[in-house]
Amino acid sequence: MALATKTDRRPSAPELLWKSTLGKKTVMAVSGVIMLLYLVAHMVGNLKIFFGPDEMNHYAHWLRTMGEPVLHYEWGLWLVRVVLLAAVIAHATAAYQLSRRDIKARPSKYVHAKPKASYATRTMRWGGIILGLFIVWHILDLTTGTVHPAGYEHLHPYQNVIDTFSTWYGNAIYIVAMVALGFHIQHGFWAAAHTLGYGGRVPKGLSIGLAVVLTAGFVAVPIGVMTGVVS
Amino acid sequence: MRLTLRVWRQRSADADGGMSTYEIDGISQDMSFLEMLDTLNEELILKGEDPVAFDHDCREGICGACSLVINGDAHGPERTTTCQLHMRSFKDGDTIDIEPWRAAAFPVIKDLVVDRSAFDRIIQAGGYITAPTGAAPEAHATPVPKPDADFAFEHAECIGCGACVAACPNGAAMLFTSAKVNHLNVLPQGAPERESRVLDMVAQMDDEGFGGCTLTGECATACPKGIPLFSITKMNKEFLRAARRGA
Amino acid sequence: MTDYTDYTTGEPIADSAAPAGPVAERWDTRRFEAKLVNPANRRKHTVIVVGTGLAGGSAGATLAEQGYHVVQFCYQDSPRRAHSIAAQGGINAAKNYRNDGDSIHRLFYDTVKGGDFRARESNVHRLAQISVEIIDQCVAQGVPFAREYGGLLDTRSFGGVQVSRTFYARGQTGQQLLLGAYQALSRQIAAGNVEMHPRTEMLDLVIVDGKARGIVARDLVTGRIDTYFADAVVLATGGYGNVFYLSTNAMNSNATAIWRAHRRGAHFANPCFTQIHPTCIPRTGDHQSKLTLMSESLRNDGRIWVPKAKGDDRPPNQIPDDERDYYLERIYPAFGNLVPRDIASRAAKNVCDEGRGVGPGGQGVYLDFADAIERMGRKAVEAKYGNLFDMYQRITDEDPYQVPMRIYPAVHYTMGGLWVDYDLQTTVPGLFAIGEANFSDHGANRLGASALMQGLADGYFVLPATINDYLAKNPHADRVTPDHPAVQEALADTEDRLHLLLAVDGDRTPDSFHRELGELMWEFCGMARTDEGLRKALDRIPQIREEFWRRIKVPGTGEEFNQSLEKANRIMDYLELAELMCLDALHRAESCGGHFREESQTPDGEAERRDEEFSYAAAWEFTATGEAPVLHKEDLVFEYVHPTQRSYA
Repeated sequence: MALATKTDRRPSAPELLWKSTLGKKTVMAVSGVIMLLYLVAHMVGNLKIFFGPDEMNHYAHWLRTMGEPVLHYEWGLWLVRVVLLAAVIAHATAAYQLSRRDIKARPSKYVHAKPKASYATRTMRWGGIILGLFIVWHILDLTTGTVHPAGYEHLHPYQNVIDTFSTWYGNAIYIVAMVALGFHIQHGFWAAAHTLGYGGRVPKGLSIGLAVVLTAGFVAVPIGVMTGVVS
Repeated sequence: MRLTLRVWRQRSADADGGMSTYEIDGISQDMSFLEMLDTLNEELILKGEDPVAFDHDCREGICGACSLVINGDAHGPERTTTCQLHMRSFKDGDTIDIEPWRAAAFPVIKDLVVDRSAFDRIIQAGGYITAPTGAAPEAHATPVPKPDADFAFEHAECIGCGACVAACPNGAAMLFTSAKVNHLNVLPQGAPERESRVLDMVAQMDDEGFGGCTLTGECATACPKGIPLFSITKMNKEFLRAARRGA
Repeated sequence: MTDYTDYTTGEPIADSAAPAGPVAERWDTRRFEAKLVNPANRRKHTVIVVGTGLAGGSAGATLAEQGYHVVQFCYQDSPRRAHSIAAQGGINAAKNYRNDGDSIHRLFYDTVKGGDFRARESNVHRLAQISVEIIDQCVAQGVPFAREYGGLLDTRSFGGVQVSRTFYARGQTGQQLLLGAYQALSRQIAAGNVEMHPRTEMLDLVIVDGKARGIVARDLVTGRIDTYFADAVVLATGGYGNVFYLSTNAMNSNATAIWRAHRRGAHFANPCFTQIHPTCIPRTGDHQSKLTLMSESLRNDGRIWVPKAKGDDRPPNQIPDDERDYYLERIYPAFGNLVPRDIASRAAKNVCDEGRGVGPGGQGVYLDFADAIERMGRKAVEAKYGNLFDMYQRITDEDPYQVPMRIYPAVHYTMGGLWVDYDLQTTVPGLFAIGEANFSDHGANRLGASALMQGLADGYFVLPATINDYLAKNPHADRVTPDHPAVQEALADTEDRLHLLLAVDGDRTPDSFHRELGELMWEFCGMARTDEGLRKALDRIPQIREEFWRRIKVPGTGEEFNQSLEKANRIMDYLELAELMCLDALHRAESCGGHFREESQTPDGEAERRDEEFSYAAAWEFTATGEAPVLHKEDLVFEYVHPTQRSYA
């Protein structure tokens, strides 16, 4: 009897995830959520700047000693950096491959074209590229000090931050990037929730809330410097 | 009514296409959109020109054959199929742009006719319940809770027209695929193939060259049967569940 | 008057496949007596199935499951689009889940009576038996039938039946059943057991040594004409209602497959038996391309009426109740608005002929839900009929919650079709016809929710059992090759026809001929027929045909996607079939079911059968275009349901 039989061509779970569009979306969602969690912590840490140089610099020091005595000095921080780097690479690679695929799937545009999706949705790709470039600058500026405008001092983030936000371009780059981040999170978190199988009103509200809180929290720092609240 | 139509004309799959302009008069508000095109075609035939090719069949909004992008919207301005769109949705003197579904997986055959066989292959990959004729148990042997039956029905309403793909900026077939996955996966009868179904259908969808979902929501807006965007979310969940279980 | 095509009477025909014995045992007997094909040998047999509706889809899937190699065709771009998909109301089955007195015998009885005693008892009984298995099969496939809160299947009463035996999936039962069959078929396509050819239309039948061995088909995309060979050919190509131009059929539904088979020797039975559905949306003007049906289930709660006075053009809501004529409730108090389709349709025609019709041209009656909304509340009405009301509003731009719907009868289904025996085999050995394409089970009138039942019964259960017998007895050692003279002849014939259509290059479009023929048929071979009218039509049809071949204009070529050519080719066949329909209607000088001859009615205007003369199925044999066909009568014997004059009063 010729009955339909399934072929045994099922790949393993990781292979499945990396090969299919849905799997890649999952990679993006998970890596996005990891970065998002990091951003929440980063934003909270940034706010310490409003409590003076001692508290801020002490926090920077703690970042290196966290996990002691189990972990050696800076091991915790490097662990976070490695995870983040992996997340960024996974996120960007999947995004690049998915975008290529999407563009290929719709090779010709409608003659009568009209934009329909929301602004945040349509700007995910460019927003992502802007954020990528920003991260490079941000690290060169405040982690390595390579492009820092004044004398960069290791483990003195309070002064370093004030230096950066005392330049017009420092403020401009940062604020533009943070607004882009807000849009990216607004659509990205919601989309991630859907990708992971959670839909409905809660993720939608949460994504808007997260976008607003994170953008406001980050932008508070340059505004604090500009207005002289932090000096 | 008097109208200006700009219609995508393309002689064959490999020929180049472009928009051609036609003036048409004497259109009644009560005509369906396709009857308006019938009128145009009657004129074209008598003038010795090639009539505009378009897919259509039942003209009751259920077979899913009709497939026109009208002024940039799949199936036009109302939430229905092209055949159920009536000329009262337009005004005298309007210019109407008519194009085919556009997606790499739906190549144009002629004018406004596209090849949607990719959808058939997605169904062939797993969009069924294996129940050979004669092997069925008594229908009442397995009760199905009404909410599940209703959920299945709402997804089973998909007519396979492809408006979701046409509307999606990524040419994705997620809404189509998810509608069938959800219809069958929620039913007790569909449970034994629950994992393989979603994995196979998604793999086929990818193989056909459809894009991925970026959750723009265009598909659900265009769907004449109102399949919700949540359908995609639900399929994602089914997919992850199946991937975890390594079906 | 010019001469109209006469006919000659040939030998009577008999259904030799049906076994004798008690009606309830015949199907078991037949299945036992039928020869079987060894499972290992089945893959060596190829079966061609044309059409992918409920009958074709289910047959293709089931034959492939049994191990046969199936080659299947549909003109649509996908097998999922066959017009079965548009059936709304439901599917009957004698499950008796309601415990309301239903049984196989009652379904059998209702169907024979509903068909006005022009169907075979053995076929109808088998249909009723199988109805039960169909529901099981469909549920197993995941068809989302309506369910009760307890999780069990819901049923409703439908179309003039007093038990609740109709299973349904909102207003989309046909869609859900078809998708079930399509999915089963898809599974077999994936398994390589079915070779599917979408966008391919059958244009002729290939007969070799007296047996059906293949078809000629045209690839509608490339225009390529090819031959395909098999050990048996199954036609599941639906009905021929599109002869009337305006009908509820899909635009491309056509009669070419069955008409070409008829021309090649398959008898055509009862072509005049057409069903006019009472609840369709009236036409709005000359541009109308098709008619849309509103499910008959609306008659369960809606009340049909017209004004009592002629020419009363007040808006319906301003006509007081005592000036309304709820004519079905008045004439048929027992059944009221639920009388069978033919009776409801004719009653609507009568009141419109009296000048009491409503809407544009007076071609409509009201279907009013005001009482139902008051009784059940708008919410309940919305839950039950919401999608139908929406559809009505979309088409007419009127809100049926506020204003009564307007409805008018329209051609919906054709009970006639290729003559088949109990095995569903036509008079051409190896050629089978299933579903609406055959004539077998509905007699002169089909009951509501029975078309889906018959299509699936034929495809899932009957054909797969009976075709074994034919294949076992006809092993066909030799393969047919394309250079066989019979094949070459069929191929050349088809190519010539298409070339001819393209060569005329006249001044009239295909649609204009179709419209003209349709109007003629609706007027003279529609809801009420007369000797005089039918003779007029028989005079006129050959003239239209002659004009068609002189003035048809088909643009483009045959070697490309050419929808005008497809259309012209189908109309060519309608122009011949229409003549046979009129001739059949003329010769059957009685009224029965959907066939109403004005000369044959009771004093109160009901259809009057004349059993002594016409208790037979008329199987017509083709001779040549425009030549007198030969009539073969199959006598109908009623052992279990004794013919009475139908009464629904």
